[in-house]
Amino acid sequence: MPDQSLSIAKPSESHFIQKVGATLAAAAILCAFIAAFGPGKAHPLLFFFLITGLIAAGGITYSIPYYKAIPGIKNNGIMQNPATSRGAIAWGIGVLMTGFYIILYWYPYYLEGLIRTMDPLSLILRGKISDQWFLYGTFYTLAVLIMGLRFIGKYKHSRYQIFRTISVMFFQLGFAFLIPAFLQKLNQPEFYFSYFWPLKYSYLFPDDINYLISSGNIGIFMIFWGLMMTFIATPILTYNYGKRWYCSWVCGCGALAETLGDPYRQNSDKTLKAWKIERWMIYPILAFITLTTILLWLNSWKSGTILGTFSGLFSQWYGFLIGSAFSGVIGTGFYPIMGSRVWCRFGCPMAAILGLLQRFKSRFRITTNGGQCISCGNCSTYCEMGIDVRAYAQKGENIIRSSCVGCGVCSSVCPRGVLRLENIREEDRFIPYTRYEDKI
Amino acid sequence: MNIVIIGNGITGITCARNIRKQLSDVRITVISGESDYFYSRTALMYIYMGHMKFENTKPYEDWFWQKNRIDLVKSHVTCLNTDSKSIELDTNRTISYDKLIIASGSKPNKSGLRGENLKGVQGLYNLQDLKEMTLNTSEINSAVVVGGGLIGIEMAEMLHSRNIDVTMIVREKAYWNNVLPLEEAKLISRHISAHGINVLLETELKEFIPDENGRVKAVQTDSDKIIPCQFAGVTIGVSPNIDFLKESPLETDRGILVNEYLETNIPDVYAAGDCAQFRNPKAGHPAIEQLWYTGKMQAEALAEIIYGNKKVYNRGIWFNSAKFFNIEYQTYGEVNPELNDHTQSFYWEHPNGNLAFRANFSKVSKCIKGFNFLGIRFRQVIAEDWIRNHKTIEYVIENLNQGWFDPEFSIPYYNDIKHMFSISENNNTFCTD
Repeated sequence: MPDQSLSIAKPSESHFIQKVGATLAAAAILCAFIAAFGPGKAHPLLFFFLITGLIAAGGITYSIPYYKAIPGIKNNGIMQNPATSRGAIAWGIGVLMTGFYIILYWYPYYLEGLIRTMDPLSLILRGKISDQWFLYGTFYTLAVLIMGLRFIGKYKHSRYQIFRTISVMFFQLGFAFLIPAFLQKLNQPEFYFSYFWPLKYSYLFPDDINYLISSGNIGIFMIFWGLMMTFIATPILTYNYGKRWYCSWVCGCGALAETLGDPYRQNSDKTLKAWKIERWMIYPILAFITLTTILLWLNSWKSGTILGTFSGLFSQWYGFLIGSAFSGVIGTGFYPIMGSRVWCRFGCPMAAILGLLQRFKSRFRITTNGGQCISCGNCSTYCEMGIDVRAYAQKGENIIRSSCVGCGVCSSVCPRGVLRLENIREEDRFIPYTRYEDKI
Repeated sequence: MNIVIIGNGITGITCARNIRKQLSDVRITVISGESDYFYSRTALMYIYMGHMKFENTKPYEDWFWQKNRIDLVKSHVTCLNTDSKSIELDTNRTISYDKLIIASGSKPNKSGLRGENLKGVQGLYNLQDLKEMTLNTSEINSAVVVGGGLIGIEMAEMLHSRNIDVTMIVREKAYWNNVLPLEEAKLISRHISAHGINVLLETELKEFIPDENGRVKAVQTDSDKIIPCQFAGVTIGVSPNIDFLKESPLETDRGILVNEYLETNIPDVYAAGDCAQFRNPKAGHPAIEQLWYTGKMQAEALAEIIYGNKKVYNRGIWFNSAKFFNIEYQTYGEVNPELNDHTQSFYWEHPNGNLAFRANFSKVSKCIKGFNFLGIRFRQVIAEDWIRNHKTIEYVIENLNQGWFDPEFSIPYYNDIKHMFSISENNNTFCTD
């Protein structure tokens, strides 16, 4: 066996390397600020390379210690670090991210200088100059890729985690960034093949459908794709693999939560109260968007006589409250305070549907290995969805919860190997473990 | 009925919960001097390392206890009066009971060596120990851990996580070799060293050396080697925490003596968990069981006995688990460090030296007796079922995939194991000694 001791960085060295990485990332943010105030317009290429280069260098440097370490879970210092335990740094990052979303959605002209730095890339990919959404998409994808690299390093002992992360990085880069950009370059509708109704609610609204129909064959294919994914693939895949096939393997929101959000996953609220709030939010939102969709179709069928001038008011309000304010500002901006899956947990209507399927008609469960749980609490602590995993595991029960996105981190952090995500028989998944001695 | 439980660890709390599930009209009081609420002792190390906060180690939210009418009292018990069926607390309060359950747990063993009471020398068992350790190690850069057991390696990992140089002093030929067979013990020893821990094997401690302020500044080993350190963790096992019962008529030895129904010599007084000692343990079973799992199982049995379903405590097929730095360990059935005359052993180790599998089986009948897994997760029900039903080693190796519990997409090492088994079988090269 090779002597590993020489290659292993001591915790202090890791700290130092990570501080360098964090400083580089902070420098990138500083450059973005400077660019936004005007210089970005004059020197787009310079700032583009400064920002993306520093972000990439920072992220990669920060990840080095994970790749050098002996494989295994090491959440050392997370609860003592003000950046990850709701300290001053966490609040600072939260304010910064929330502020970015508010400006992005409602005051994009303040970002003019920054948007211009993306022009060269936008011209190459989309054949037109950048706008706020292309800027956002670029940052988003960059965050998923860079923090995905960190995630793979951190969880490199688990092939489940590695494969899953490569998958979300692939779908974000390809399906949610490059393909929609190329489609625009080819004068085709900007379409995201990895988002479906009701998460991408407008894809089944009459306006979008009519627009796609008018776009010819490719538009028809997009409609077909959307309908097939929502009504056929979703139930089948969820029955066989659970909600995770989408939420932690494909979805872009999930991708950001799992990568950029990973340092904050422990901040999700695990109380029973939070679970109650979650259910009172997510299902009404699903009902609301379903109702809106039906109303819009009825209205369109009756040629606008139902809603009249109020046509689209529902969808506009939904778009403002849920689509922008909730999913962006709160859903991502509050990562450092409320954990990485605020949107997925409390707001996403797609998660609601997938969850209902997972809870009532699926082969997926997290199996508890007999009576092996030692109630330590690592699983619950690191569940980004706020599931009290331990409450089930210590009773020998399998974990079958509508909110579980199947990220597998509970299984990864369990120090006794008690939890396993699996798709097996549907029939016996609710039967808890009973000791042989108690059965006879 | 008034049920009083001393101790809010896994044993005391499991008793309280299980009794409440069956009996809604009894009064249940749990007394602990250690913490306001039940927390998971196994997670102490994770608090120190910053994986969790103390709050995260509490398996139930604070409202749980009132909702289930389990009264919690934070006090130490000073005296047990069996004539008046009452206990006295250090707050001078007296609580009477109809049935008393003692689940007071353990305390760290003392070394009996010179200097063991110096500042910076301590064991690790409870919350107070953890607080003390946090203070004792706040600004140090080197430490010694005495003892090569489960708490010893935890302490080493804890200290290492805070960038403190650690020397482990282990009496055996390899880490935990008094429990693990030599191959596994060596594997773990290598893994400890790979983390940069200095492991001194076959070494015993002679004394703790003080500085001018009465704080430990070094330790001396039996080979008169002096190892400078600012902290010395003493992890040489634990013993039942029963000093407060000295004056009581309860019969004790090392622990509180109980029969197979967990009854003491005094009517209506029971003991369970780490503090209980069986008068007549079953052959091959220890008289005192100091594990999380046994504490929980004893409590489940005792709760049944209290609500009238009198059944002998039956531990079932032995199992245990641990984690040595990054390597998980699971064991089922009988795997002793040394083989006896009737047992053969098949051992597989991955070339990377971080994964291992052992199956011990009967020489004559080939029936499986026990398993060790290092870095491999395995299903408890399958392992136990095979041992209980005397499956042969050939059957076990052939069907290993059924019990495999590693996460999805993991490399199926059972194929490698199967392959090596067939080679060993053909050459008849199983370990027999």
